[in-house]
Amino acid sequence: MSQTTHSPLKTAFFSALLVLAVAYPVLGLKLTTVGIKLQVHGASPTTLWAIAACAVAMFFWQLFRDRLARAWQSAPRLPKIPARVSNTLTLPSTQRRVIMVLIVIALAWPFFGSRGAVDIATLVLIYVLLGLGLNIVVGLAGLLDLGYVGFYAVGAYSYALLSHYYGLGFWTCLPIAGLMAALFGFVLGFPVLRLRGDYLAIVTLGFGEIIRILLRNMTELTGGPNGISNIDKPSLFGLSFDRVAPEGMQTFHEFFGLSYQSINKVIFLYLIALLLVLFALFVINRLIRMPIGRAWEALREDEIACRALGLNPTVIKLSAFTIGASFAGFAGSFFAARQGLITPESFTFIESAIILAIVVAGGMGSQLGVILAAVVLTLLPELTREFADYRMLIFGALMVLMMIWRPQGLLPMQRPHLELKQ
Amino acid sequence: MSRPILEASGLTMRFGGLLAVNGVNLTVNTKQVVSMIGPNGAGKTTVFNCLTGFYQPTSGSILLDGEPIHGLPGHKIARKGVVRTFQNVRLFKDMTVVENLLIAQHRHLNTNYLSGLFKTPAYRRSERQAMEFAAHWLERVNLLDFANRPAGTLAYGQQRRLEIARCMMTRPRLLMLDEPAAGLNPRETEDLKALIGVLRDEHDVTVLLIEHDMKLVMSISDYIYVINQGTPLASGTPEQVRSNPDVIKAYLGEA
Amino acid sequence: MPELNHYLQLLIDGLSVGSTYALIAIGYTMVYGIIGMINFAHGEVYMIGSYIAFIAIAGLAMLGIDSVALLTIAAFVASMIVTSAYGYSIERVAYRPLRGGNRLIPLISAIGMSIVLQNMVLLAQDSRGKSIPDPLPGKFDLVAGGAVSISYMQVFIFVITFVAMIGLTLFIARSRLGRACRATAEDLKMANLLGINTNNIIALTFVIGAALAAVAAVLISMRYGFINPNLGFLAGIKAFTAAVLGGIGSIPGAMLGGLVLGVAEAFGADVFGDQYKDVVAFTLLVLLLLFRPTGILGRPEVEKV
Repeated sequence: MSQTTHSPLKTAFFSALLVLAVAYPVLGLKLTTVGIKLQVHGASPTTLWAIAACAVAMFFWQLFRDRLARAWQSAPRLPKIPARVSNTLTLPSTQRRVIMVLIVIALAWPFFGSRGAVDIATLVLIYVLLGLGLNIVVGLAGLLDLGYVGFYAVGAYSYALLSHYYGLGFWTCLPIAGLMAALFGFVLGFPVLRLRGDYLAIVTLGFGEIIRILLRNMTELTGGPNGISNIDKPSLFGLSFDRVAPEGMQTFHEFFGLSYQSINKVIFLYLIALLLVLFALFVINRLIRMPIGRAWEALREDEIACRALGLNPTVIKLSAFTIGASFAGFAGSFFAARQGLITPESFTFIESAIILAIVVAGGMGSQLGVILAAVVLTLLPELTREFADYRMLIFGALMVLMMIWRPQGLLPMQRPHLELKQ
Repeated sequence: MSRPILEASGLTMRFGGLLAVNGVNLTVNTKQVVSMIGPNGAGKTTVFNCLTGFYQPTSGSILLDGEPIHGLPGHKIARKGVVRTFQNVRLFKDMTVVENLLIAQHRHLNTNYLSGLFKTPAYRRSERQAMEFAAHWLERVNLLDFANRPAGTLAYGQQRRLEIARCMMTRPRLLMLDEPAAGLNPRETEDLKALIGVLRDEHDVTVLLIEHDMKLVMSISDYIYVINQGTPLASGTPEQVRSNPDVIKAYLGEA
Repeated sequence: MPELNHYLQLLIDGLSVGSTYALIAIGYTMVYGIIGMINFAHGEVYMIGSYIAFIAIAGLAMLGIDSVALLTIAAFVASMIVTSAYGYSIERVAYRPLRGGNRLIPLISAIGMSIVLQNMVLLAQDSRGKSIPDPLPGKFDLVAGGAVSISYMQVFIFVITFVAMIGLTLFIARSRLGRACRATAEDLKMANLLGINTNNIIALTFVIGAALAAVAAVLISMRYGFINPNLGFLAGIKAFTAAVLGGIGSIPGAMLGGLVLGVAEAFGADVFGDQYKDVVAFTLLVLLLLFRPTGILGRPEVEKV
């Protein structure tokens, strides 16, 4: 069964046929329910022509592949980014400075932006926080967690339930939410983290789904598919940002003698989100320079050597898992506060996949990469409404392409090394 | 008087139908250098893996200073002071030389999260001491100049030395070396011999090694175990083993 | 007697569903056995198979053909061809370039691929489910009065899955290609050295898996008469659970695992209520991976140190 004669014509036909077989039935034909009967209609002429064009293009590409490859090699290239520059870009010190600049901008601009923009920015910050948290698990410790959304849900529901049943405020619930998520991370992680990479991924996926299904079905406790609504917004030292203060509270604008502006509430939420992100950045930056950060890196490189040196892999992985989970918990409780209403449908596997896409696209282990990826992946669908439907498709394609072309991510970061001063 | 620090008896390891190790007995006394020799594939590394908890032996008992350790996972045995190297050097190649040594000290470091987050004096002291200890050993193995280089960029002989230095970071009682002289030139082998001697004499470390380099084995060992196809073949002092007809027949041929 | 009848019915229903899980599970287990990779996109290939089945049936129905036999055959043929094309293409595009090295990278690519496939169908077709009338109504009463019955559809499912599994087993055991598959699964490097074109074998594995998933897709979509683009995820998880349950890498294991899962699900739904049916699969999966990742027929892997 050897492959001696490589006939380009045969390959070309075969590839074109393959394109047709893959594209035409699914994209070229449309199942439509007409009345009570199911019918098949052809897709729009544009689509059909596009499919045909792809098949033809594939045909010619395969036919002339060698020639095209050689032409591509000898064609004048865009100047490549010199190695020195790309090296500087991946240095931790450079990325740190860039992050500092971004922080300054982030602090200042909401006071000049529109309400809608600040609102979207808050959403971006939530994904940044989630991305940073998952980055600890996936990027730093090398554990593929596909159920991260479960911890997000735990955080959100912790605040929602505590607020609903006990009337506790946002700031009280924030640490509790983080703690609950961390607890779930610990309990879930403990039996699971000794599993091999791909099994771990599936088990965490299973956990995420189990959490969602349980939340959907335990209606008396969690409100079932309708979720929990009327969740309190956070307040600033007891000052509410609503137009009319709830009982027993004063409003922000009354206290400062300002006129009510709805943008204040939005800016306040934005600043809370920013605060959480800054906290995350601080903690992560410390962690990677601490013994535990080194242990994560060593474990990723060679687990057997770690065991031979007395390091307990499960405990070390557990720390990453738990810390990562707690950040999801913080993000979740903030999300609940911002939305005012949460349902189990906000916490599907798709969310886990999106957050994973952010971490993967950014560069596993790189904070700046994750920040930029979160910004791009959250903003793009918001800004280009026509493409909103294609959002998930683009995510998926992005994940595949990134793994093939640049698995290290768009902006990987060299790990900061501890230096021996001589 | 030297007492047994490691006693393995009836050690057996079976993988499905394959009997890799069959009834191996081993005793190592404190401050000895004991070698395990035998043809390739004889099961020596499997014995190591059983002794250090990387494999769970099918049967047999292993006592460390009288305490049973068979069945314990690798990292727990390592924490009891039994540390090992591997046939293929297992350094953390993308981490620097000094970081490799810091990882090995993980258990002795201040790993308290709050201390680390806020860089308390206790934390900083712990890190500094760890650095000093690492620097101390780097000097002893002549690698101080390479401290901040990625471990993967070191030459092979240097990597071997680093591996041993890394083991010493854990303050071991028993050091198990798997073919430490493999790939070393004669001068490096002499250095290795001297290093092992220093570890034994000045640092109270007992050494158990697997080796093929007969010259090294004969000159450095207090006791030798010969294993062939998983079964013990002979044991004794270098002179006894050297003149044992079974050993000569099965293995030594020319020394 | 009524309890026994009830349990017998559950058993029949469970085995019927389970045998379809088995067909999909074989796809996972074959791929894992050969390249040690979880083909995350397999569930979506199954979903696409069910859409093709419906398209074939609805399309021919529009042309006036209403012979159930012809429609069924057309569904099988069309579905198997298209899913095989998908199986092959996915392997070439998303997995082959990533073979060797870090295991997480192909897994992430697979996740991306499954998202692409699901959304492709979602956008090209729409998110509303599609349904067809029951093609094979009627049942046999095994116990007088209908306390225990087996529907014609269920009989059909049993027959087809049985034939498919026999076919596959014979192929793997007797044919030259089947031998090559076994050799490649056992030791990829060695198979290469012996002159086997392992790339082609791996591609073949994906194709076989996809084709079997198509068979399952036709059976299931005809049985329930309903499809939507979200089917793939759940089917994939369940089939993967079945594969792990039976011992991942083992084809008889996948068959056994599918049947066991189907029955477990039927009984679980009976005890805990229908809405928790899917939880059975997830929980079983988690428990398995925690306590017995090698499954029923699998062999424990020993780490080479």
